[in-house]
Amino acid sequence: MTKDYIKENIKYNQPQLPKTLTGITGLDEITEGGIPKGRPTLVCGEAGCGKTLLSLEFIVRGAIEFDEPGVFMAFEEKTEELAMNVASLGFDLNSLQAENKLKLDYVHIDRSEIEETGEYDLEGLFIRLGYAIDSIGAKRVVLDTIESLFAGLTNQGILRAELRRLFNWLKVKGVTTIITGERGEGPSFTRQGLEEYVSDCVILLDHRVVNQISTRRLRILKYRGSVHGTNEYPFLIDEDGISVLPVTSLKLEKEVSTERISSGIPALDKMLEGKGFFKGSSVLVSGTAGTGKTSIAACFANETCNQKKRCLYFAFEESPKQIIRNMQSINVNLQKQVDEGLLQFHAMRPTLHGLEQHLVAMYKIIKNFKPTVVVLDPITNLVTVGSVSEVKAMLIRLIDFLLDEQITVMFTALTLNNVVTEQTDEGVSSLVDTWLLVRDIEFNGERNRGIYIMKSRGMKHSNQVREFVITDKGIDIVDVFLGPDGVLTGSAREAQKLQEQTGEVIRKNSVSLKDREIGRKRKILESKIAGLQSEFESAEDELNKIYVEEELIKKVAEENRQKMIMMRRGENASENKNEK
Amino acid sequence: METEETKYELRLYVAGKTVKSVTALSNLERYCEEHLKGQYKIEVIDLLLQPQLAEGDQIFAIPTLVRKVPEPIRKIIGDLSNEEKVLVGLNIRPVSIDI
Repeated sequence: MTKDYIKENIKYNQPQLPKTLTGITGLDEITEGGIPKGRPTLVCGEAGCGKTLLSLEFIVRGAIEFDEPGVFMAFEEKTEELAMNVASLGFDLNSLQAENKLKLDYVHIDRSEIEETGEYDLEGLFIRLGYAIDSIGAKRVVLDTIESLFAGLTNQGILRAELRRLFNWLKVKGVTTIITGERGEGPSFTRQGLEEYVSDCVILLDHRVVNQISTRRLRILKYRGSVHGTNEYPFLIDEDGISVLPVTSLKLEKEVSTERISSGIPALDKMLEGKGFFKGSSVLVSGTAGTGKTSIAACFANETCNQKKRCLYFAFEESPKQIIRNMQSINVNLQKQVDEGLLQFHAMRPTLHGLEQHLVAMYKIIKNFKPTVVVLDPITNLVTVGSVSEVKAMLIRLIDFLLDEQITVMFTALTLNNVVTEQTDEGVSSLVDTWLLVRDIEFNGERNRGIYIMKSRGMKHSNQVREFVITDKGIDIVDVFLGPDGVLTGSAREAQKLQEQTGEVIRKNSVSLKDREIGRKRKILESKIAGLQSEFESAEDELNKIYVEEELIKKVAEENRQKMIMMRRGENASENKNEK
Repeated sequence: METEETKYELRLYVAGKTVKSVTALSNLERYCEEHLKGQYKIEVIDLLLQPQLAEGDQIFAIPTLVRKVPEPIRKIIGDLSNEEKVLVGLNIRPVSIDI
């Protein structure tokens, strides 16, 4: 956004208001480059809303990150107290002071010690401040809280005139200043109406408690000469200081990916064109209680880790150990992924902070861990800390952020078993890209799970209701049996399957019976053929025998006739031979 | 007499020779001569010359009169035009009555 803004200015050839980066996470984004350079900025808010911390972080970040030394003039807290208070945030004020990057000055004003007589001015303060600025070459100045002067001094006329002079003097000095002011009653933003002196930039801090949950918010009330975010932005104070979350991006100009990411359930991937979800899309798994939403989420997380990608799991209902143990029962070993550092759990009760704070916390964790996949289980519980519309607004922001980062997100949501199951309580269904619905199918005295894809943008997904089975081997999605009585699931489906199997066995059996019959017939036929063959052979033999006999008889008769002839002629045998 | 001389240690912070500073100094000298003759010491500090001294005595207004001794430290800001207030503020009145 900042870049665009600068570009636009170049386009119209306008000089841009010079700004000073605060270094505070998020604040520079919503102010589009920081607070006005060389001018005073007023930070106001009620007691305990983080004014001192914000201004001190401005100074410290300036000293550390931007090499701009700063002066912190405290009217309320002693310097040692200040240093101690912010040591928990990792700011070492003493060493920064020793390096001449920071100067703390505590102005003590005690009415009981002071008597006023006659004319005076605040030149002493100017000199002190001027001396502090010049001694370290400061570019940044904080006056916290200058209104204490009003408590210490009675002559308001002088004070007001001097304050006006002070702010002008600071402008002339060219230091970027933050002035803090306590929020007053009534319409004014500060008790002493400081906003009339500081007209360039006013930041309002707020600490609200709604439903016993507190949320800190920041709003830029006015920023003369600059475009700025006008919303209330939640902010968080934690061990790293302040982070403001510029949560709503107004544009819908996101990069999209055609890359796919597996859901971890092969059958489910098959329903999604066989490839799974789009990378960087949002997936909603909704269903009634006990339908296995967490199991689907765990499978998805596990698969992501198996691909050596990182996954963040926000649990709002169960502790990480509980989830790990429970998922062990369906053969999903999440402990292994945790040990490898690919999976990180963040379990928190929704009531831990307000919604916005949750968002900021998640935002921070996501920024740190840089996951590919984020799981929120379940979002329904968030309703306990905010109204439906607030939850929706928060999720829009979260989805926006995640899509920007190209992170795939899976939400699980509990739907109540009412008529409107087509809509989740959070109303996020219109925001998500893919919506899986897991529902009960009560039939035949048992309760089974059915899963179908309500929608999946940009792909030709299956329109079938499948049965969703959780076994100790994992999750599977099987076809339901569409019988004459409707959809059959669970044991009814099993029974139907068995029945089919029985039929198969019987059929097989009958087939083999017939086969054997044929075999036997063939054997009979073959033996018959063999009989006929031997009959034929014996007949042939008989015929042959007669023939040979005849031949023999014929031959013998001939010989006998020759012998007879010879005997009749009385010739001897030798003569016979010669004749021959 | 030695202790009496240093009974009042007064320090006047000014910033240059402004009208207010000059008035304050002349007023102070007059009161002291009148009520504390021989018992006081006035030190004038020009913060324009010695800005580093402002922090030590927690000076923010000019001119400021600081009563270092006797304890406790008292501060009077302004051009000291109201004699009554200055004397009460410096706790001079009761002391002079005691003497």
